[in-house]
Amino acid sequence: MALTADEVRYIAKLARVALSDAEVERLGGELSSILNHFQVLNDIDTADVPPTAQSFDLHNVERVDETRPSSPLEDVLLNAPRREDDYIRVRGVLD
Amino acid sequence: MANPIDLDLTAHEHAANLRAGAYTSRALTEATLTRIHAQDAHLNAYITFTDDLALPQADAADARLKAGQGAALTGVPVAVKDLLSTQGIQTTAASKMLEGFVPIVDCTVVQRLKDSGAVIVGKTNLDEFAMGSSTEHSAFGPTKNPWALDRVPGGSSGGSAATVASRGVSLSLGTDTGGSIRQPAALCGILGLKPTYGRVSRFGVVAFASSLEQVGPFSRDAEDAANLLGAIAGVDPMDSTTAPVAVPDYTERFGRGLDGLRVGVPETFFGDGLDDDVRAAIEQAIADLQANGAIIDRSVQLPAASAALPVYYIIAPSEASANLARYDGVKYGFSVKDGRSVEEEMAETRGRGFGAEVKRRIMLGTYALSAGYYDAYYLKAQKVRTLIKREFETALATNDVILTPTSPSVAFRIGEKVDDPYAMYLNDLYTIPVNIAGNPALSLPCGISQNLPVGMQLIGRPFEESTLLGAAHAYGSVTDWHQRTPPPLG
Repeated sequence: MALTADEVRYIAKLARVALSDAEVERLGGELSSILNHFQVLNDIDTADVPPTAQSFDLHNVERVDETRPSSPLEDVLLNAPRREDDYIRVRGVLD
Repeated sequence: MANPIDLDLTAHEHAANLRAGAYTSRALTEATLTRIHAQDAHLNAYITFTDDLALPQADAADARLKAGQGAALTGVPVAVKDLLSTQGIQTTAASKMLEGFVPIVDCTVVQRLKDSGAVIVGKTNLDEFAMGSSTEHSAFGPTKNPWALDRVPGGSSGGSAATVASRGVSLSLGTDTGGSIRQPAALCGILGLKPTYGRVSRFGVVAFASSLEQVGPFSRDAEDAANLLGAIAGVDPMDSTTAPVAVPDYTERFGRGLDGLRVGVPETFFGDGLDDDVRAAIEQAIADLQANGAIIDRSVQLPAASAALPVYYIIAPSEASANLARYDGVKYGFSVKDGRSVEEEMAETRGRGFGAEVKRRIMLGTYALSAGYYDAYYLKAQKVRTLIKREFETALATNDVILTPTSPSVAFRIGEKVDDPYAMYLNDLYTIPVNIAGNPALSLPCGISQNLPVGMQLIGRPFEESTLLGAAHAYGSVTDWHQRTPPPLG
């Protein structure tokens, strides 16, 4: 199978990754080639096989729901690209 | 004037000398920093040196040693992959996306290293976000293999492997999602261990594929790996995927030899794509094991493992596409601020901040998880994952370990595979099935070809790292491959 340029652009939109036209073209070829290698999975019978999400059987790990101190505000804001007072500044989401 | 410190010693030899007062941790740390700074002109194994952090740690270790409280790692220099968060020290994941990012907490593994008295001397180079098998996909340039500077050290933990192989440090930490500890260990001629999934905390480790990855040690001998694993393993309340399984003394099986060790050798791992020189070295290792009493079982079958590569390249990019969604330029890291909208700024931040391989995997994972393709790719891969896991359970019911090559070839040349993604993915053909199944595995040196090291992989039952380390220790007592050294740098 081969991915079209429009399909590559659609995936890039879902992934929120801006791509140049050259990248769209290159990725179309590379991803198509990689996806072709996945076809061997179709030959494996998995009719009655349950999926494994994680290799070690560990379920519902619980802890007591209690308040604990969080990180100091200055630490949390330390790496913020844009800061205003005690807030992280972002572009307006609504017009 | 005191004799100069022999920096080629192992960590346990240094630790014994420190406890005996032969030299101080400060002297050892200063000498180590001098050496790794000098070596890095040739190797580019480090992204950040942590001299300012290391010297106070060394002084604190000396105080502990003086008080007679020295333990296995007290005062010993260790390097850590720059995927592990270090409080107050830049943590980049070798990505432009995180250049300058300073974590506000240590990851659990680094915290435990500090508690053990180890001295952290630097943050090592890697493939961006641990995605790669050569350390060429680093925003800070490739790391060189100390055995041949025109060759890759493997990856993604290439810096951690190169600095141990070149005797810069005797111990380092890497992470292994599909072979990123074992493959560079093989290509650099040292020991590298991927623990059982759930054995070591992932809290504070920059996430790539959460259901596959583990932190583990690089060293030159089994004793050092056992001590480092012992220091970092165990339950962590901050990582609910850590297993409530007691941490043993990982040297508990040393001294038992190879007599009666049941070794499964699966034909599936010796097929097309394996270079003849690697095959010959592995066969010689099998013969040596047998000559020393090991029982070789060549009837082991792992047919589904041959489908592990596509399973991995569906599951790992899918998890990566979700994990890397957090890099949006808002809370930390690289940020494009001149877009016309929030969406445009996010997409531009990610388009310019991520390198080519990371974008490729995000795209692949987003596609595999997208509407209409989830069942055909992700769910199918998870079902085949079950089959692979069952195969390992069956094979290890009658064998103590499974032995395979670690990598299909010795170290390849820088630039040789970087433009062919699938050729690069094939480097991890023999290591990837183990991450899919979750078992522990290590790579240890077992030969030299073309003046480059060859590694063999030993795979064990879940939480039986002691068996692997015991076998590696015994093999190291009847062979000397682990004592071979690369040529001097420069």
